[in-house]
Amino acid sequence: MSGLIDFLTDSANWSGTDGIPTRLLEHVQLSGVSILIALAPAILLGLYIGHTRRFEFIVSIVALGRALPSFAVMAFFFPMQLRFGWGFTPWAAVIAMVLLAIPPILTNTYVGVRDVDADTLEAARGMGMSERDVLRKIELPLAVPLAIAGLRTAAVQVVATMTLAALIAGGGLGRYIVDGSALGSNSESGVAKLLAGAVLVALLAIVVDGFLGIVERLASPRTTSRGRRRVPEEHLDVLPAPDLTAS
Amino acid sequence: MINELFRWDWFFDHLPDIWELTLEHLRLTAIAVVIGFAISFPLGVLAYRHRRTYGPITAVTGILYTIPSLALFMMLGPVTGTLSVTTAEIGLVSYTLLIIIRNTVAGFRGVPEDVKEAARGMGYTARQSLWKVELPLAVPAIVAGVRIATVTTIGLVTVTSLIGHGGLGIYILQGLSRLDSTLTLTGAVLSMFLAVSADRILVIVERRSTPWAQTRARAS
Repeated sequence: MSGLIDFLTDSANWSGTDGIPTRLLEHVQLSGVSILIALAPAILLGLYIGHTRRFEFIVSIVALGRALPSFAVMAFFFPMQLRFGWGFTPWAAVIAMVLLAIPPILTNTYVGVRDVDADTLEAARGMGMSERDVLRKIELPLAVPLAIAGLRTAAVQVVATMTLAALIAGGGLGRYIVDGSALGSNSESGVAKLLAGAVLVALLAIVVDGFLGIVERLASPRTTSRGRRRVPEEHLDVLPAPDLTAS
Repeated sequence: MINELFRWDWFFDHLPDIWELTLEHLRLTAIAVVIGFAISFPLGVLAYRHRRTYGPITAVTGILYTIPSLALFMMLGPVTGTLSVTTAEIGLVSYTLLIIIRNTVAGFRGVPEDVKEAARGMGYTARQSLWKVELPLAVPAIVAGVRIATVTTIGLVTVTSLIGHGGLGIYILQGLSRLDSTLTLTGAVLSMFLAVSADRILVIVERRSTPWAQTRARAS
């Protein structure tokens, strides 16, 4: 433990290419890029499927993606990126993280749109709203809190899993974990480095979770009678993913 | 680097090893989920009965959940033995806790208020109501939690290959270091297959354990 505190308070570890600010920034960049790439297809598909109720099987297939180990995705794409001449870049890890981030965002957006009150929709159509308006002015705003809850789950998972990038010579906080453990469990500085990596990643994940939690609350529409619309507990996680075996 | 995407001859030559590792994968998963459930279920009931404990319980398990698996496995190494099964299992169990606890609590909280009132009205004590009325109604959500925990664990087992276990994950790791996609695909596709099969089996378990839900669905 004292080794960890020494590592975190040593000024040498706060500058340079292997310094904490650099690694932290790399980690945030890699995670951010992955989430941004995942966001558009996940939200658009979720809205489309939820609104039209067509191709609902896609949601089940995407839910299957949860069973795909990120480690394997990365291991699969890494040789390919070498073959395509992309060299030692973290792209394989980014692909794995995009695939990790899509299911929770898509599922939550879809559930959010699907669960909009039928009476509300009928009233909107009765008022002469076009399908486009129904989607844009009714379903989208009502689905936003759930979609953000999905984004929150995805972001936390991506931040915590991005450490794998270090296994394919990528940057980010995973570097400390991989480099630290490479020094062996007998090396005091190695263990300190490893611990520092783990603690920093966990802290980053908690900060991201807290921040998106606030965004989620702010995005929840306030209704006059019931206060803020509460996101049902079971939707906070990716939890009841649509039945993988929908009969 | 090997250029073929998948060499079937390698696959068929190694079938006995693949089978061995599949069993190992299932063993690691089953131990983790069973222990995880044994810890999570009582904690979930506690968090439901005593609302004040919900915050601390989910905070602690939430922190365990955010520690990167890679770091957790390597961190536990010096404490519980670098290559011991205990190291792998502690890591795997700690990731199941939050999932099962949250779903258990959500399941119990989802029991309609009038159902509980009716139970009280019929003379059930709080304890009887919990076990005989509320628990059966919470079963689907609890099983959903076990399903997610199982699928997640099957994926995480592959990461334990870094500390000398890993079941089918060993092929993924070897595939990564030898840049051989045959090995990677074998490990990845089979572990995904295990995850999907385990999920289906648990759905059947859920249907069997809540026969009334099926009757109701058919009746409506």
